[in-house]
Formats: sequence, C-alpha cells, structure tokens
Amino acid sequence: MSHHLVAFDSVSFCYPDGTEALNGVSFRIIHGESVGIVGANGAGKSTILMHMNGYLLPSSGIITIGDLQLTKKTRQEIRRKVGMVFQNPDDQLFMPTVFDDVAFGPLNLGLPEEKVRERVDEVLKIVGCLSLKDKPPHHLSSGQKSSVAIASVIAMQPDILVMDEPASNLDPKSRRQLIEFLKDFEHTKVIASHDLDLILDVCKRCIVIRDGRIVADGLSHEILSDRGLLEENNLELPLSLQRVAYGNDKIMEGERWTT
Amino acid sequence: MTFDEEYFNIGYLDRLSYRDTVVHRLDPRGKVIATMIFVITVISYPKYEVIPLVPFFIFPVLLITLSDTPFKFVLKKMLIVSPFAVFIGIFNPLFDTRAVTLADGVLISAGWISFLSLLIKFTLTTSSALLLIATTSFPGICTALQRLGVPAPFTSQLFFLYRYIFVLMEEAMRIVRARDLRSFGSRGTDIKVFVRLIGILFVRTVERAERIYNAMLSRGFRGHIPSMRQLRFTISDAIFVFLTIAFLSALRFFNITEMIGRFVQELAV
Amino acid sequence: MHMADALLSPAVGATFWAGTLGTIAYCSKKLKENLDEKLIPLMGVLGAFIFAAQMINFTIPVTGSSGHLGGGLILAIILGPYAAFLVMASVLTVQALFFADGGLLALGCNIWNMGIYPCFIAYPLIYKPLTKNSTSNGRILFASLLSAVIGLQLGAFSVVIQTLLSGKSELPFGTFLLLMQPIHLGIGIVEGIVTAGVISYVRTVRPELLESIPASRPLAAGISLKNVLVTFVILAAITGGALSWFASTFPDGLEWSIEKVYGKAELPEQEHGITAVLKGFQEKTAFLPDYTFKKSENEAKQEEAAPSWPGVDTGTSLSGILGAVIVLGVIMIIGVSIRAIRRNKS
Repeated sequence: MSHHLVAFDSVSFCYPDGTEALNGVSFRIIHGESVGIVGANGAGKSTILMHMNGYLLPSSGIITIGDLQLTKKTRQEIRRKVGMVFQNPDDQLFMPTVFDDVAFGPLNLGLPEEKVRERVDEVLKIVGCLSLKDKPPHHLSSGQKSSVAIASVIAMQPDILVMDEPASNLDPKSRRQLIEFLKDFEHTKVIASHDLDLILDVCKRCIVIRDGRIVADGLSHEILSDRGLLEENNLELPLSLQRVAYGNDKIMEGERWTT
Repeated sequence: MTFDEEYFNIGYLDRLSYRDTVVHRLDPRGKVIATMIFVITVISYPKYEVIPLVPFFIFPVLLITLSDTPFKFVLKKMLIVSPFAVFIGIFNPLFDTRAVTLADGVLISAGWISFLSLLIKFTLTTSSALLLIATTSFPGICTALQRLGVPAPFTSQLFFLYRYIFVLMEEAMRIVRARDLRSFGSRGTDIKVFVRLIGILFVRTVERAERIYNAMLSRGFRGHIPSMRQLRFTISDAIFVFLTIAFLSALRFFNITEMIGRFVQELAV
Repeated sequence: MHMADALLSPAVGATFWAGTLGTIAYCSKKLKENLDEKLIPLMGVLGAFIFAAQMINFTIPVTGSSGHLGGGLILAIILGPYAAFLVMASVLTVQALFFADGGLLALGCNIWNMGIYPCFIAYPLIYKPLTKNSTSNGRILFASLLSAVIGLQLGAFSVVIQTLLSGKSELPFGTFLLLMQPIHLGIGIVEGIVTAGVISYVRTVRPELLESIPASRPLAAGISLKNVLVTFVILAAITGGALSWFASTFPDGLEWSIEKVYGKAELPEQEHGITAVLKGFQEKTAFLPDYTFKKSENEAKQEEAAPSWPGVDTGTSLSGILGAVIVLGVIMIIGVSIRAIRRNKS
C-alpha cells in the first residue's frame, strides 16, 4: 500500500517566544509502518508529535494526515485519525474512573451508549485491564495506568498511534509487557523516546532529530548501531547492542536485528 | 498532623469507599438524602436536649458495622476534626451558670447540659459525613448530586478535583519532603520559602492543566464532558430511605429514651 | 474557620444553603454562557492545587503557630470570580466529606463565608480597582493584603452571625466578635502576603502562564459595586424573610435573637403553626398517660427552658437518664453482635 498516512513537507515551527523548534522537517510515513523518533532533550521530538494531532500548527510547510491537509478547520477531523498517548498517564487519564476515561473518546465521537460499552470492554481486554474497569485511576499502578491510557486512545480506533515516551514511568516488567504489546499491535505507530532499546524492539524505521532538523532517517537496526551518529546526537548505543559492540560472546542475540 | 499522615488518611478513606457491602451497594442518591435528613433532624433539637438524642447513635453504629468500617478510624478522625465546635461550645458552661437539678440533690449548671448536647450533635453530624464518604465512592456522590439537580459545571469541577487531588498531593508531598530534608528538623518554614513552594506547585499545576487540555482535545473534547454514569434506584434503596425517614421522625416526635426509662421504672415499682 | 453543624439550627443552615446553591447555579450559568473550554481542566486542577497547598504548613513569624493558604482570593485573581467561586465550593465540599470539616449542613455556610466574600467582594471591589492590571509588586502586595483581610473579616463576622442566629452557643455577641475578628486579622494578613507572593513569583518565573490563562476578563467586567450592593440587599431581604418564616415554624433556632429583641424567649404566635399541631399530636398519641408531656415535650421545653429549667420534674430527668443508659446499651449490643455475625461469615 503506497497510501501516505503522514506526510511532513518542509515543516517549520517557531514558539511565540522565538525559539525555532522545527526547521524544514520532511518525512513520509505509510500505512502499517512503525517509526521511532529519537534525539536529545529539546531536539524537537515532542513538537513534531504535537503537530501530528494539530495541537500545534506549522509556521510554514504542509502537513498531510491521510488525505487531509492540517489546518485549523481540519484539526478536529484529524484528531479522530491520530490517537495520541502522552508521556505522563496522569495527564492522559483525567476522568474519575477507568470506564469513564476509556468511554470519553468514543462518546465524543457520538457513538451510541450500547456501542460505547462494547468498545470499552473490547479495548480493556486488549490491554489486559478489564478487571480495572470501575477503579479510579489513582488506585492503579504505573504500568496499569499506561495500559489504560493506551486503551483510552485505541478506543477511538485511530488510523495511527502516536506515543510520547511510553515507557518512561514503568518498571522493567511493565516495560517489557508494553513492548510485547506494541510488537503485536498491528497499527501504524510513531513513538518518540529516549529508550532506544524499546525503539529497536518495536520500530522498524527510525528518525533522528537534532535542533529541529532531521539528521538521519532509515532502518532502526542500521541507525541505532551507528555509534558515531548516536553520540553526535547526545545518544548512545542501545544496551542490547552495547554487549555486541564490546565483544560479548552472546553475539547470537544479534540475529534478531540482522535478519 | 503531618502532610504524609493527612495524605494517607484521605487515601485510606477513599479506599474504604470502594468496598462492596450492603451499605456500599445502596444508591448514592438515597444515602445523600438520608444523611442530609439525619443531620437536619439531629440539629433541630434545642440546645438543652440531651436525652432524646441518645437513640440517634443507632445510625452510625448500624452503618459502621454493616459496612465493615473500622470503628477506631472513624473515632480517630472525629477527634482530630475541627475543634471549632468544641471551642465555641466550652463557653456555654461559663456563661450559662443557672443551676439545674439533675436528680434528687444533684445540681449542675445549665451550660454543661447545652455543652453536652452540642458535643453529641457534633459527634452525630461529623460521623454521618465521614460515614457517607466511607461507604460511597466520591464519583458516586458527584453523580448523585448531578442527578439531584446540581448544575453540571459544578459537578464536573468535583470530578476533576477528585481525580487530581491525589496526583497533586503527591506532588506537594515531594516538594515538602525536599524542604524538610534540607531544613534539618526545624519544623515548618518561614513565609518566604513557603511562598516559593506554593509558587512552584502553582506553576506545575498550570502546566499540568495545559497537558490535560491537550489530552482532552486529542480525544475529541469540544467543551462538553460526556457522561454515561448510571444509577439504579431499586426497591431496597426506596426501603432504605423510607425506613430512615420513618425512624428519624419517630425519634423526633416521641422521646423514646424517656418512655423506655419510665417504662422500666414502672416495672421496678 | 469552618462553621460546624453542631452550632447551627436547621433554619440558618438551610437559608445559607439556599444562598450558596443559588450562587452556584448563577455562576454555572455565567460560565456556560461565556465558556472557554480551556478553563474546565484548569479549574479542576487548580482546585486540587488549593487542596494540596492547604496541607503545606509554614511557621507564622513571631507567634510560632502554623498557617496555611485559604485560597479564595488567589483563585479569584487567576480565574475571575465566577470560576473561582465554583472551584472554592468544590474544594470545601471535598473537605467537608474527606476531613469532615464542619459537616454537610454547615457546608452551605462555609461556602458562603469562604467563597462569596473573596470572589464577589474582595476581588472585584478591592483587588481589581487597586491593581488595575499593574504589575508592580508593591501594588499587588497592598491590594492583596487589603482584600484578603477584608474578605476574612467578613467571613469571620458571618460565622459569628450564623452561630448567634442559631442560638446553640451562649457566647455574647461582643465577646464572640472579640474572639473571632483579631484571629482572622492575622489569618488575613498571612493570606494576603502569600497570595501576593505567589502571584509575584509566577510573574517573574513564568509571566506567560498568567497571560495564557483565559482569566475570564470579559466575565469579571459585569461586577460593579452597585450590582453587588443591590444583590446583597435582595439577598438580605430574602434571608430575612426565610428566617422569619422559619422562626414562626421552628422557634428553637431563633431563640437567642428573639430573646434579645423581646426580652423573653416566648412569642405569642409560637403556639400556632407546626408546633401547636405537633403538641396536639403528641398529646393524643401518648401511650403512657402519666408521662409529663407538658414539661419534657421538645418544643414546650425549649420555650420554657430559660425560665423554668431549674424546676424540671426530677422524676422525668431520672427516667430520661435511665432510658438513655438502656438505649445506649441496646445500641452497643446491636453493634457488637452485627460485627460478630459479619466476622463469622467472612
């Protein structure tokens, strides 16, 4: 399928205080792709994500989501297509109970109540949180909150799932569960993260950003094993690759990304 | 009370409210109405009434036992709770010193009686509020208020407030702990540091509001918070409310305590 | 200072609940008319902010006692009066439930005392005209000090009035005022300093935050001294009317004020209305014929309380105390046995 789901065409963005956050960013993401966005703090990752659902509008350049060009008028429509999972699940889960939260999106889409109930059960089952339905979010663990936050977004059945640092608050086990879930999840995904191992596991493609520009765009296993490129960008090799690089004898682990 | 204690107290009360007992299962509307009527009935007794108030203790006792609420917790909370009523009430014995015969030869000043009456009312009303929240989840109470006609902008405030109390209290707790770690035992802080702490908390709060708004927008928010919370007012709820009202009116219109006392006295004679 | 249920009479409690609910409805309507949707999450989170900030204590200089932030004024400055009032009302509601601060009937009074004065008097009539969008720290400090002190003095005065109208306390008016007003002068000064401090702090670190907030500027414009005065006159009339209606129906609550006005606690009209009906009802349904209704029957006793209490029939008192002991015993037995049964089941 050559259907371009997300296209940025020389997009620039300036914050009101004059900071130039994006400077001529161009890329295309097609249906079913999984793309990681990496870069140092302040490189512009979050700014790119906030353009994807129209929370910010580009100062210049064109953003196309599906067949719609992003403008003030189309952004409501675009928000239906782009599901956004934020870094801190406490900001994402703003309703008093898990059920209310997951139902928030579908109800705003105007689905009938019966359908909403079905949808809520369905997505909570997908993320393995059906038993938490009537709990208030502050009774959940961080891992559970992240899962519910994802459920609340996929309940809107977006065409594309955008995530900002999805694993930053998670303990290793919850993080592993999240990675497994994302791997199995057949969906167009864009993930911004410092967790390069997660990107390596989940995303085939990777975009490196520095000072609001794209400095590399290619296959994750190539980019994320390029020590020079990574260190130039305040990043470092993913832990799993460091073992290989340091001549660890468990080199067979490398099979995963060389195929 | 330290910040941590207060925080865990609220958290504990909140967790109590999500359990599943006969009392928890009742419709929140019924419980809100019954509690209000209970408070008004208790308060309606004039200031020298003590004896007719005694039977009202059956309500907190029934609620505590039927809902498995830890008795000690309720008692402790009530002892800490605003000493204002006690503070004002203690003046009654000072200003109202007319002597009253309690029994043959036993004299007491009328002020003590009105103070005792005040204390009993305080205990009854405070425990009823605590027991309402210990047996009804806060979202349940908000939904009840909404259904009882309280305007939506206010109830949606309550929902948001409840959702973020715990998040912000944790944030505040982190700030306070950081302060205490560096103030080396000198309790509290001077006002400059305090203003700075509140300022930081405020800035973080507004930034959080921004992020929440962003999250709401990306899930289709257009100024209206949809809700499909349902409440079911069943026969048992109707029976609960009816029995409460009937029992409260019986107590209010007949001095049952005195009748029992007299009856027993007569048996003895 | 939170007003408490135990100090209130139903008449006073209900009247202030009516006033508070009316204001909540009015503010909700105003907000709906002029809704900036960004305000919805901000209001909710700021409520939680006030709640959390109130739990942080600091040492008041000189006295060594500890204080905390009240919050009404700072909310009004940031959100404008209508939104601020709703937030304050929600904070006090949560406190009434989770801390049992005051109680549910007194909640109406508390929202009134701590919401109306800072939001509808102190902010629009004092703070706003004094600062006039000025950003000078001195001006902000002066304006917040004055508005916080006046707001809290009004609140404290209301507590005195509400308590005395309810007639459950023996504190004479003057003594009570002398107790309340100076304490609240201190609290008001602290509140003013903290409010000004926080506003100035935010102005220096993140000035854009205060500007980005849709501080309901058009909303605030509607409040003028004249409007507020007119509203208060109307409210006072309604309150007076409601109270006098209650007074004729339930005499107990207003005993104090009536005593002051007429020099005795009895008014001839009190035998009419519900009281008389109840009395008749009770006499007809008395199943212990020798029971001294005249003396111990609730309303009658209340009316006669002041002059005739010392003469209360000791027989009645004794049977009352005996009954109380029995009733308490029965209640305890019920409690203990239910608990035992439930323990066994689980």
